[in-house]
Amino acid sequence: MIARAGQWVTEVLQAGGRRLVIAVPFVWLLLFFLAPFAIVAKISLAEFRVGVPPYTPLFEIVEGAWLHIRATLGNYAYLIDDPLYVAAYLSSVKIAAVSTVFALLIGYPMAYGIARSAQPWRNVLLLAVMLPFWTSFLIRVYAWIGILRSNGLLNNFLLWLGVIDEPLVLLNTDLAVYIGIVYSYLPFMILPLYATLEKMDLSLLEAAQDLGCRPWKAFVTVTLPLSLPGIIAGSMLVFIPAVGEFVIPDLLGGPSTLMIGKVLWSEFFNNRDWPVASAVAIAMLVLLVAPIVFFQRYRMRQDEKAREAAL
Amino acid sequence: MSESSLPAAHQQRSLQQKRIVPPNPEPVIVIDGVTKRFGDFTAVDDVSLTIDRGELFSLLGGSGCGKTTLLRMLAGFETPTKGRILIDGQDMTDVPPYARPVNMMFQSYALFPHMTVEQNIAFGLKQDGMARDAIRARVAEMLDMVELSALGPRKPHQLSGGQRQRVALARALAKRPKVLLLDEPLGALDKKLRERTQLELVNLQCQLGITFVVVTHDQEEAMTMSDRVAIMNQGRILQVDSPHAMYEFPGTRFVAEFFGSINAFEGTIAEDGLTHAVISCPDLDAPVYVNHSVPGYEGSTVWAALRPEKITLSKQPPADPARNVARGVVEDIVYLGGDSTYLVRLESGRRIRVALQNLTRAAEPEVTWDDAVWVSWRPENVVVLTS
Repeated sequence: MIARAGQWVTEVLQAGGRRLVIAVPFVWLLLFFLAPFAIVAKISLAEFRVGVPPYTPLFEIVEGAWLHIRATLGNYAYLIDDPLYVAAYLSSVKIAAVSTVFALLIGYPMAYGIARSAQPWRNVLLLAVMLPFWTSFLIRVYAWIGILRSNGLLNNFLLWLGVIDEPLVLLNTDLAVYIGIVYSYLPFMILPLYATLEKMDLSLLEAAQDLGCRPWKAFVTVTLPLSLPGIIAGSMLVFIPAVGEFVIPDLLGGPSTLMIGKVLWSEFFNNRDWPVASAVAIAMLVLLVAPIVFFQRYRMRQDEKAREAAL
Repeated sequence: MSESSLPAAHQQRSLQQKRIVPPNPEPVIVIDGVTKRFGDFTAVDDVSLTIDRGELFSLLGGSGCGKTTLLRMLAGFETPTKGRILIDGQDMTDVPPYARPVNMMFQSYALFPHMTVEQNIAFGLKQDGMARDAIRARVAEMLDMVELSALGPRKPHQLSGGQRQRVALARALAKRPKVLLLDEPLGALDKKLRERTQLELVNLQCQLGITFVVVTHDQEEAMTMSDRVAIMNQGRILQVDSPHAMYEFPGTRFVAEFFGSINAFEGTIAEDGLTHAVISCPDLDAPVYVNHSVPGYEGSTVWAALRPEKITLSKQPPADPARNVARGVVEDIVYLGGDSTYLVRLESGRRIRVALQNLTRAAEPEVTWDDAVWVSWRPENVVVLTS
């Protein structure tokens, strides 16, 4: 009996082992991502009310056996009606996009330099890129307050150099938000870029030069297109969290800095309007996911087209 | 391209056949006292070499002998530490790779994975700013040359190894370089395909008249393809000769052993005449008689070397058992189809390789394992080496 049970376990582990290994993270995601997401989606369809919880239930059993479903798209209509939300979305996307471009411009040469450096150095440099992760993200953003404020490190240094006569207003501006986002997310740009640049066959560059390319042109025609997957992955990893960023605009941004994360926060905690806050969150997710899905589809179609052309 | 589809004339001219040397050879590459050091390591050590226009020249040597470094200096990827490189009369020592009139076919082929076959071939032409129509025509011509016309829109990863090799060749030849550099061009191909491609490369070289410089570690490849071969070891060139001269008249034991197989016996010159010499080798029963004069003097150390196929093997004693013979026992036979290699252990304990052609289909060869045999050779077949 026990032997048979043991055999059964072994069989399950062997046959279903692979499925089990995949299942565990999926169950995890289901529990801690999809379920909360469903709850948030549910709340976004409810109406605000004073009480605990601060929203109307979606399903209600009224007068005996009637299942009463009360859902409204009013919160979403409100998002479109009130120009604040649209402006916040647009401003978030703009700030995230500009930050991504700067992270790319700074991160690409860094990743390139690391990928082309000699082996013992490479690991040291990679470690240096990842070193900030040993410190709390919040503390690192706080540290920027000390650097950027009017009598902070940067202003004092510039005054000492004599470049400026009076302190620059840096903190609580959009500029500070850009600096904070680029600084915080730079490693997420560098690491995927490094991964693609590092495995690139250097003889391709030699071939390009052999065929008449100057080094710069060889970079543009060979290295850049071949590192495109890394550019896309890094940009996604920076852009997506940056759109919903709350801590950085809250600590470094000013009152005029409009970002959806901040709006979401104030909707939840200041106005205690959970349904609208949930609608903001869902709308943000849809707006972010849609272009990614579209892009993926486009790439797959391109690949297919290339394959068809080849056959 | 199948072998049978090749024009008969080309088949005849290539492979082992000595090709017609241009009436007055004109150097296209002059390597003048070139040394390349990487830190303490000397990869290429004071090499001087002249390669003629229209020649198929091979740099042959083991790994780390400096042949690839020398080729990379011709392409411009390495700068010589000392010395000069002239291509077509112009000093190229400090000219970057993109400005040299040479193209290279890389060992890994280095095809651009994000471009189609056509784009790969057009790449070099685009850099030269050639007109679009001219590029299209040249690409079509190149694809036709390597018989890949149907595969133009494919990406490299959709090709077989042999097809990739042809694309690499077409791309390197598209710009009509003065010299084509080939780094182990056939290294990644299987044996059958390699033999066929050797033939094709030689034919192509004949048709185009472009100078080919081939780096290879495979002596058979160098032998079948080249007009001339340079054998390199430890950064130095040991000998430059035609394959025939290299094989029959090697200058050193290293060359003799590297370029084919050889049995070398150490000995001293016992008799040194104008038209003959006698060498006594402790490992051989009888003295070695040579019908030509030898370098050195009486009593100096030399090596009497014999190619395996220039030795006869018999159960009966040869006509003159007083010289150029040795007795032994067949220890091993390596059957290679067309011929067999017999390993004979001489009475002195030395082993000697003898290659015999398998001329009949007899089930039982005349000489077999553990037979007592005589090995003998003709006096003109002894190569006498001093180092």
